[in-house]
Amino acid sequence: MTNAIEAHDLKKTFGGEVRALDGVSFAVEEGTIFGLLGPNGAGKTTAVRILTTILSPDSGTGLVLGYDVVAQADRVRTLIGLAGQYAAVDENLTGRENLTMVGRLNHLARDVVAKRETELLEQFGLTDASDRPVKTYSGGMRRRLDVAAALVARPKVLFLDEPTSGLDPHSRVDVWGMIDRLVGEGTSVLLTTQYLEEADTLARDIAVVDHGRVIAEGTPAQLKADLGATVLDVGLPDAELARQVAGLLGSVGAKSPTVVGTIVELPVDDGPRVAMEVLRLLDQHGLVPTTFRIREPSLDDVFMALTGKRTEADDEDETTSIPTDGKRRRRRAPAAAGASMDGGPR
Amino acid sequence: MSTTTAAIPYEAGLARADGPAMPRGVARLRWAVADTLTITKRNLIAYTRIPESLFFSTLQPIMFVLLFRYVFGGAIHPPLGLTYIDFLMAGIFIQSVGFGGIGTAVGLSEDLQKGLIERFRALPMARSAVLAGRTTADLVRNVFVLLLMTGVGALVGFNFPNGAPGFIAACALSLFFAYALLWGFAVIGLAASNSETAQVMAFPILFPLIFASPAFVPLTSMPGWLRWFATNQPIGAVINAMRSLMLGAKYVPGSTSGHVLVALAWCVGLLLVFAPLAVWRYRRIS
Repeated sequence: MTNAIEAHDLKKTFGGEVRALDGVSFAVEEGTIFGLLGPNGAGKTTAVRILTTILSPDSGTGLVLGYDVVAQADRVRTLIGLAGQYAAVDENLTGRENLTMVGRLNHLARDVVAKRETELLEQFGLTDASDRPVKTYSGGMRRRLDVAAALVARPKVLFLDEPTSGLDPHSRVDVWGMIDRLVGEGTSVLLTTQYLEEADTLARDIAVVDHGRVIAEGTPAQLKADLGATVLDVGLPDAELARQVAGLLGSVGAKSPTVVGTIVELPVDDGPRVAMEVLRLLDQHGLVPTTFRIREPSLDDVFMALTGKRTEADDEDETTSIPTDGKRRRRRAPAAAGASMDGGPR
Repeated sequence: MSTTTAAIPYEAGLARADGPAMPRGVARLRWAVADTLTITKRNLIAYTRIPESLFFSTLQPIMFVLLFRYVFGGAIHPPLGLTYIDFLMAGIFIQSVGFGGIGTAVGLSEDLQKGLIERFRALPMARSAVLAGRTTADLVRNVFVLLLMTGVGALVGFNFPNGAPGFIAACALSLFFAYALLWGFAVIGLAASNSETAQVMAFPILFPLIFASPAFVPLTSMPGWLRWFATNQPIGAVINAMRSLMLGAKYVPGSTSGHVLVALAWCVGLLLVFAPLAVWRYRRIS
């Protein structure tokens, strides 16, 4: 069995100080989607840049279909496609001209490129916009074009660096469908994402990265099994009450609850049943929750379960920080399923 | 947490030896040329779609010719009874290709900023093509600008005092100089953190070189130290050589071949310094 991508103990430090990768290893089996999941600054993009030959590692080895990304970078480049989180397309060119340029730079014959770009424009719903300069495109259209550009040369291995960050939910689902189709055609994909839901939907295997290290690996089901299938959020009028309620609910869920500000978060396996029990308990004590909901676990919950601490991506959100247990914690942004830690570009 | 990492069949560093290879020798050179042309074309298309660069390549040069010819020209008296428009052409050519070079710096830093260079670096294209394509496109743009200015110049009285061969030689020299200068702007574009910085970095270097030169006025009115600088700095040397070629040797003290040699030495020297520097900068982008 061949692996599409292998990372062996990759290390990279920027400017002698910032350690972006601190010994990252993983393997992506051919024909599968692998998700690198982590918050901003975890080292996901650095790993992608090394594996796509853009950056050299300080130490460690990267292989793409068996070819070394440093020593055989030329060969690796003929095998890969890269779509980045910046939507790296030339906004002065039209959609079609962008694809032509990338096709020609892949040394495909003119007629092959012409055929391929018509195909891709059609597939990505850009046919009508194909002769307009990209600067007139919406964010979602640019992102689709960026991915299309990565596919012009029919790469065997595709790198998608946060392909849906900053996209609206509708465009996100579009991009997911397209990634899914690709793998059906035999392409191997390395996907980086901040969205647990995205990794869950698309990837067969996931590695969770934090501070340049892989802190967990497994299938989405395995990761979530460790966590409880759903999370119950119980909001209370103040932080003191929240702590009391957390004590009260200690043995009700799959794991012990955590308190974030005035909200008690309870990982549960059997949401509705536990929800009833929680409400009954609250009622017995004469407590009325201010909010109450059952949701999918977020990346933040995975991090909480794995590291016992929150991700650090929402540091800016000072207004919602409320001191609890003598140390300051920050309330997560409203956590709908798969909510982002920070959708903005790095 | 279970681990699903597949067995790793390759020894680290001992990678496969088969598979699609990059071409070598002549074929590789052909790739490099094809890639350069692709990038050149891309940049030229972009120039037609960015209003600013369209302005700097068309209207601005025309406006400058007219401005100097009709507004300032009457107050400036070139030596030996030359008309001001005849005197002006060499200077305004260099001014246009020089300031046009800021576009090279800005364009490259934008490519960096927007992640396009990342994409290029992950493509199986010649490493040299991004810089070569950019400078080639700007050379083509400069040819266009010179043709346009020649046309406008001829309309407002420029009458090719030394005939076509001298004029063409002067144009060729200014294009060569502009090309060497473009590599300097490429270095700035690659070093700047964003396009605004690129512009701010390029301008103060260029401005004194262009205006403290014989481009627009005879040197006789300048103080001695400035006159020395204006004559011996690269832009001054190139303008003197161009005038000697396009107006005739009698209008510039010294022999034409002497001026041309000095100017060519500057061009080659700048190219030898800036081109490797730009390539070096490009390679160590991270």
